[in-house]
Amino acid sequence: MNEIVKVSGLRVAARTDEGVDLPIVHGVDFSLKQGEVLALIGESGSGKTTIALSLMGYARSGCRIVGGSVRIGDVDVLQLSDAELANLRGCRVAYIAQSAAAAFNPSKRIMDQVIESAMIHGTASRQQAQAKAVELFRALALPDPENIGARYPHQVSGGQLQRLMAAMALITDPALVILDEPTTALDVTTQIEVLRAFKQVVRERGTTAVYVSHDLAVVAQMADRIVVLRDGQIQENSPTEQLLAAPAHPYTRRLLAAMKPAAASRASARVEPVEQEKPLLEVRDLEVCYGKQVKVLHGIDLQVRRGTTVGVIGESGSGKTTLARAVAGMVAPSAGRILLDGQPLSGTLAGRTREQFRRVQYVFQNADTALNPKHSIEDILARPLRFYHGMKGKRQRERVAELLDLVQLPASIAQRRPGELSGGQKQRINLARALAAEPDLILCDEVTSALDTVVGAAILKLMADLRRELNVSYLFISHDINTVRAICDEVVVMYSGAKVEQGERSTFRAPPYHPYTNLLIDSVPEMHQGWLEETQAGRGVPPRIGVSANAEGICPFLARCPVRIDGKCNTTPPPRVRLDKGNEILCHHRDIELLQLEESVPVAAAG
Amino acid sequence: MNSTIARLVIGRLGIGVITLVIVSMVVFFLTSLLPGDAVQEQLGQAATPEAVAALRAHFGLDQPLWQRYLHWASGLITGNPGISMVNGLQVGDMISNRLPKSLSLAAVTSLVSVPVALTIGILSAMFRGSAFDRYTNMLTVFAVSVPEFLIATIAVLIFAVKLGWLSALSRTVDVHSFGEMLSVYAMPVMTLCCVLIAQMARMTRAAVIDQLSSPYVEMALLKGARPMRVVLRHALPNAVGPIVNAVALSLSYLLGGVVIVESIFNYPGVATLMVNGVVTRDMPLVQACVMLFCLGFLVLVLIADICAIVSNPRLRK
Repeated sequence: MNEIVKVSGLRVAARTDEGVDLPIVHGVDFSLKQGEVLALIGESGSGKTTIALSLMGYARSGCRIVGGSVRIGDVDVLQLSDAELANLRGCRVAYIAQSAAAAFNPSKRIMDQVIESAMIHGTASRQQAQAKAVELFRALALPDPENIGARYPHQVSGGQLQRLMAAMALITDPALVILDEPTTALDVTTQIEVLRAFKQVVRERGTTAVYVSHDLAVVAQMADRIVVLRDGQIQENSPTEQLLAAPAHPYTRRLLAAMKPAAASRASARVEPVEQEKPLLEVRDLEVCYGKQVKVLHGIDLQVRRGTTVGVIGESGSGKTTLARAVAGMVAPSAGRILLDGQPLSGTLAGRTREQFRRVQYVFQNADTALNPKHSIEDILARPLRFYHGMKGKRQRERVAELLDLVQLPASIAQRRPGELSGGQKQRINLARALAAEPDLILCDEVTSALDTVVGAAILKLMADLRRELNVSYLFISHDINTVRAICDEVVVMYSGAKVEQGERSTFRAPPYHPYTNLLIDSVPEMHQGWLEETQAGRGVPPRIGVSANAEGICPFLARCPVRIDGKCNTTPPPRVRLDKGNEILCHHRDIELLQLEESVPVAAAG
Repeated sequence: MNSTIARLVIGRLGIGVITLVIVSMVVFFLTSLLPGDAVQEQLGQAATPEAVAALRAHFGLDQPLWQRYLHWASGLITGNPGISMVNGLQVGDMISNRLPKSLSLAAVTSLVSVPVALTIGILSAMFRGSAFDRYTNMLTVFAVSVPEFLIATIAVLIFAVKLGWLSALSRTVDVHSFGEMLSVYAMPVMTLCCVLIAQMARMTRAAVIDQLSSPYVEMALLKGARPMRVVLRHALPNAVGPIVNAVALSLSYLLGGVVIVESIFNYPGVATLMVNGVVTRDMPLVQACVMLFCLGFLVLVLIADICAIVSNPRLRK
């Protein structure tokens, strides 16, 4: 038998503040064959990372491996001494961490870090290791493989760092590689490149790997077998194909269902807005600069009607959060106007009235940092009640209870502190705090990004219900096109501070799109095996073009656009044109051209 | 890389000059607010108003304040901080007699305290929560909170009075051999080290622990790096910034803040000189000393910032 890893009866416990051992992994068994990729999938707190780290005999501070065995080859990792463990780590078993940006030492050159395990374990001379690293950089499709190692981590992009970390793991030819959510922190368009590079290397080298993720669609591309975890217990362990086609366990089915928010909340989302004369929020030709030169937003036009949701989507750095912050008054625009119910809003907080504050509320991405950990939930919710509505005493307490009821939390939670609540509960409190002001418009900045799929889906459903009950409007900022397509009436696509496409939700189901929207949509992993090989996203090499004119207003997507036209895109600013289906795009191409380009490419490749 | 540092140094020098100007004004005008002056101090209460006025005219104290400031400031720039109002000596000479002694005390103390403090700080960060860490933590808190005159007095009591190993006073004039140097410097250095080591070790420990909880340290462990390598190669380079700043602050204290230690051991340093100047209302001396301490502080902080930049690739370009 060629089982290279065999885990049996693994138990891990966390020590609470009171010094009591709390089991977090309860007797887990699984095994891997040579060359197999096994996925550990589950929500946060399911123990997937804890189990993955146990494979290296490592437990994070506060945790302890209390029982079972982890055999790699013919050694039981859990019986090794500290020195023997150090010999194992980075040599026989290697680890690829979730956030490469944090896992690289900021003050050391990349090459030194990549070959460090080879140096520690003496598997190669420095020269050999460096040559091998360059070879790996090339295999991982990194730019300038000869010289990238001389840079420091802050000088390369997040997606490149993640691939460099793969090189770091593979430098010693380990028997087992552990990939811990290696693409979770990346944009979808970057994720697809990294996944391709990983898959290629894993296949070429016949690497045995454990892939930890919360994203079934990603895992479907990478893994031969999937282990579904929940609360430190295995729910299901099946080959990928079988698990996706016929999930045996009810929890797996729930997980699969939650991965499709479109299906989950479509029914509740569509409320026909009453046609009104003036929109609730109108943004006209907005421009925001950092310093004098750097434009982070330009030419943004946007309308939010009462009772509707407008989604803003784009990758990190596209300016979507800046847009919300400008609407909220936290960054002053350098040009353009923001109107609320036809009344101009001041660009700064100081210029706004309390009533204007009340009508526009902001829900931050991370409830952990947005809620003061020293305040009770009642304090947190009572403050806007006092500030905007002058509520006190009994009336205030009743209203707090009402708000908790509105976000479907028990009234008993009022006396607790944020630290005692789960992530989903905290996000509900975050939402309730915005609702306490009785706003007309809520700016939601990536409100579900930090949450597990199942919990996030529940928050989205709650938001849809609230919109129907209270007739509020949302400006919904997200990097996840599926979520946006599922809950928004209108979608705005942003790239590099510019609005590249805008249209009704229904128009985002089929091409033609703006080339960037097309890339974004095609890059979202689909829940079937082989998608990664089939999709064309990020594959098309942009056609050669001449030197771009330095003129203002040249298409921001030019450098990455697979359908750019030499002599047009690099010299003339793109016009804003309306497609037949009603969408407005910022592009030189027209309906028919885009349709042909976006539909023909995959067909040609398949044939 | 060089251009960043050059830009920083030029920027800092500019800010340093402005700081010095502001400090000089504050020092000059604040000391002028002190009741009494050197003339009254010298002539005593029985002096006739005429005698007082004559001596004041001699020192130029009858001129308007701003004129005196300009005169003094232009003197400073040309390297002439004026003449002592008490003994008529050049202030520059008085300070340059004392400065080498202060600097050598500071140098010996730094040479002893910095390596010891870094070692203690790094070790207690590595073995956080161990008995070693808890005891050093206790000791450093103790050393920081006990006033130095107490430590100095106890040291005199033990080593000079009871054991008779060392002299209670530091006579720096007759240092000819290493043994003599040891006996002169041992107690002042020991006293100063107590406080400095404790401060620097605590800052070092905090800075290293801060780095030890970062993901790249976990990553280094998972690459099979031993604890020593993790701390020295991974955590320490990233902790250099806060550590050098803590060291610079501690060392700047050695220049001007060691009055008590100098007095107890009768050590002829600049700090005692300044205190004597305050007592005798010898303003040119006081002002010059303060400017010197300020300059020393600025230089140390500048060096610390340059170290922090050189150690951080994100800051150097």
